[in-house]
Amino acid sequence: MTLAAIPLKPTRNPNDVLAPGVVRVLHDDGTVDPAHDPGLTDAELIGLYRALVRVRMLDERLVALQRQGRIGFHIGSLGEEAAILGSAFAMRPSDWIFPCYREFGAALWRGLPLQRYVDNMFGNENDPVRGRQMPDHYTCRAAKFGSVSSPIGTQITQAVGFAWAAKLKKDDLVTLVYFGDGATSSNEFHCGMNFAGVFRTPTVLFCRNNGWAISVPTERQTASATFADKGIAYGVHAVRCDGNDLLAVIATTRDAVARAARGDGPTLIEALTYRVAGHSTSDDPKAYRKEAEVEEWKRRDPIARVRRLLERKSLWSDADQASAEAAIDAEVREAVAAAEQTSPPALATMFDDVYAELPWHLVEQRDELLRGPRAKGHGA
Amino acid sequence: MTQGVAPARKTTYREAVRAALREALQRDPRVLLMGEEVGAYGGSYACSLGLLEEFGPDRVRDTPLSESAFVGMGIGAAMGGLRPIVEIMTVNFSLLALDQLLNNAATLRHMSGGQVGVPLVVRMATGAGKQVAAQHSHSLENFYAHIPGLKVLAPATLEDARGMLWTALEDPDPVILFEHTMLYGLEGELAADAGPVPIDRAAVRRPGKDVTLVAYGGTVGKAMDAARALAEQRVDAEVIDLRTLRPLDDATLLASVAKTHRAVVVDEGWRTGGLAGEICARLAERAFYDLDAPLARVCTAEVPIPYAKHLEDAALPQVEGIVQAALGAVARHG
Ligand SMILES: Cc1ncc(C[n+]2csc(CCOP(=O)(O)OP(=O)(O)O)c2C)c(N)n1
Ligand SMILES: [Mg+2]
Repeated sequence: MTLAAIPLKPTRNPNDVLAPGVVRVLHDDGTVDPAHDPGLTDAELIGLYRALVRVRMLDERLVALQRQGRIGFHIGSLGEEAAILGSAFAMRPSDWIFPCYREFGAALWRGLPLQRYVDNMFGNENDPVRGRQMPDHYTCRAAKFGSVSSPIGTQITQAVGFAWAAKLKKDDLVTLVYFGDGATSSNEFHCGMNFAGVFRTPTVLFCRNNGWAISVPTERQTASATFADKGIAYGVHAVRCDGNDLLAVIATTRDAVARAARGDGPTLIEALTYRVAGHSTSDDPKAYRKEAEVEEWKRRDPIARVRRLLERKSLWSDADQASAEAAIDAEVREAVAAAEQTSPPALATMFDDVYAELPWHLVEQRDELLRGPRAKGHGA
Repeated sequence: MTQGVAPARKTTYREAVRAALREALQRDPRVLLMGEEVGAYGGSYACSLGLLEEFGPDRVRDTPLSESAFVGMGIGAAMGGLRPIVEIMTVNFSLLALDQLLNNAATLRHMSGGQVGVPLVVRMATGAGKQVAAQHSHSLENFYAHIPGLKVLAPATLEDARGMLWTALEDPDPVILFEHTMLYGLEGELAADAGPVPIDRAAVRRPGKDVTLVAYGGTVGKAMDAARALAEQRVDAEVIDLRTLRPLDDATLLASVAKTHRAVVVDEGWRTGGLAGEICARLAERAFYDLDAPLARVCTAEVPIPYAKHLEDAALPQVEGIVQAALGAVARHG
């Protein structure tokens, strides 16, 4: 590629993955480039494919529930499933994930029970965060999955700090932090990159470049040709991969984890993908972007690509697809029904966890609330 | 203050904000609107819908995602001779720009010996009620009302949504406008030629003689509802809308309490260290001998605002709590 052909700004063109240096393994037709092939077993491939389908189906179901007014909000990962699941798959059990807000696929993969996730969507009494956070904003310590945080970028420096603590304690763990292309404008991104470089922390900074930050396209977010370029300024190793290529994401993330684990410091990964749906259920993207662009990316569907690979290897049939979908559908239905029937959190619980121990002034405010008319029907 | 003489038209708070923005852009070529999602999207709360198309990207500017950067840019542009209106999606995200606002915008005139002023207007949404949980729902007006060098406004009516921006833009110093998220849908009538309004005094929204209810922003409507409920119980409440949170208009408060001898302060902020406490302190200092009952506060429970509807409702000041506090005050005799 000649210099003139390198775009001066990110373009959101699906063919950007053909640029030099972008890691690609699984092609659209389901064939595999052996150079970076992470060499997954058949069982691993099938497991990941099922997980991808499950995330997609769950996403669609949650949007439907929101439209029906049964849940208040959903922020999904349509089109970004491979970037999210592939990176989560590459993490070792000891590693920690610091999420953005679209990575429920990663949380489920690492062990957040589906029922608990759906409970969070309803904010009921079994919600892991006890009805306090918005849907899709959960925490799962058992899965070594941090707390989904709304203010953009704040998780980046935290992930670097967590990794630094591990380094000082000589714990064998790496942190992976997810964020979007928009978040690369945040101060926390720049400082996080700088600190990760200076402290040489075992951190993987995973940028889901999905083309848009709500209505702001990548070319108005940065004047750099790529988001990975930003690594150069901070002395942070940076790579780009086809984010709709499950195997490329796995290979790239595994490399970054290995690098971090052996003490060679942080890596910035720019995964080229696309936000196929609106920003969240609160958004109609037709107001600010062209349908043709979306259609082009839909043809690069990350899940269909894995299916073609499985079919090439004769590991998957239409019948397998039908039975997988039926099983997931039943599982999701059951979880939704159970979540809907679960009571809301009791009023008094609102005062718990402000501090590790309930102080006197909150005891007073709680008791006052429980004496008042709002306590009726909500239990103490 | 321009009195509307043209016939009143049905409109909403959101449209009043939009009309004010549009007029500011039309009137003064130095005015520009900047922030996240203000252009192509038309604003997170649709306040700037159509303005990018009308005024172009140099005057209605979507910025990259960094609050401290676009507030700093706004301060620089204001110092450089423009009149930027910076929109921050919510007060919660303004914390990422607090250094620019507190240590710079608010202090530059003083620190520079009067050489550098910052005629910047910052608008932000505030408040709870939309089930968007802690990181989107807090009422942090008191943080800003604490800062010398800033003027802090809380338009609670269509007239103020329409007219405060104008006056704020004419001010030589930084002005922060808080728009409560639950007010955007507020419907009402507004004179077609509604114009600028003063930004240095509170307003009596309902006269009364038995108890003063002090409110601002999103709680003014609740205080008015409480006053109606109290009227049914033969308690005549006066409702004061603070309008300006810094500097506070003590005179209006003191005049009201001299008449009613009782006050309940309603504040969506947290109780400890909040604006309600400040108002009570002023009344205790300057109206002690007028008071016939202890001052009362109705504030938000001191927890991060929860998501679940019943929890959020329970955390916030509500009409029944205001009524109860007012009845408590009138039951006491001096
Ligand atoms: C500090 C802060 N400012 C603004 C917002 C509002 N906001 C939520 S998501 C978003 C865009 C983020 O885009 P990107 O980082 O690309 O992530 P994506 O949603 O595309 O995954 C914005 C501006 C916020 N959550 N936090
Ligand atoms: Mg994005």
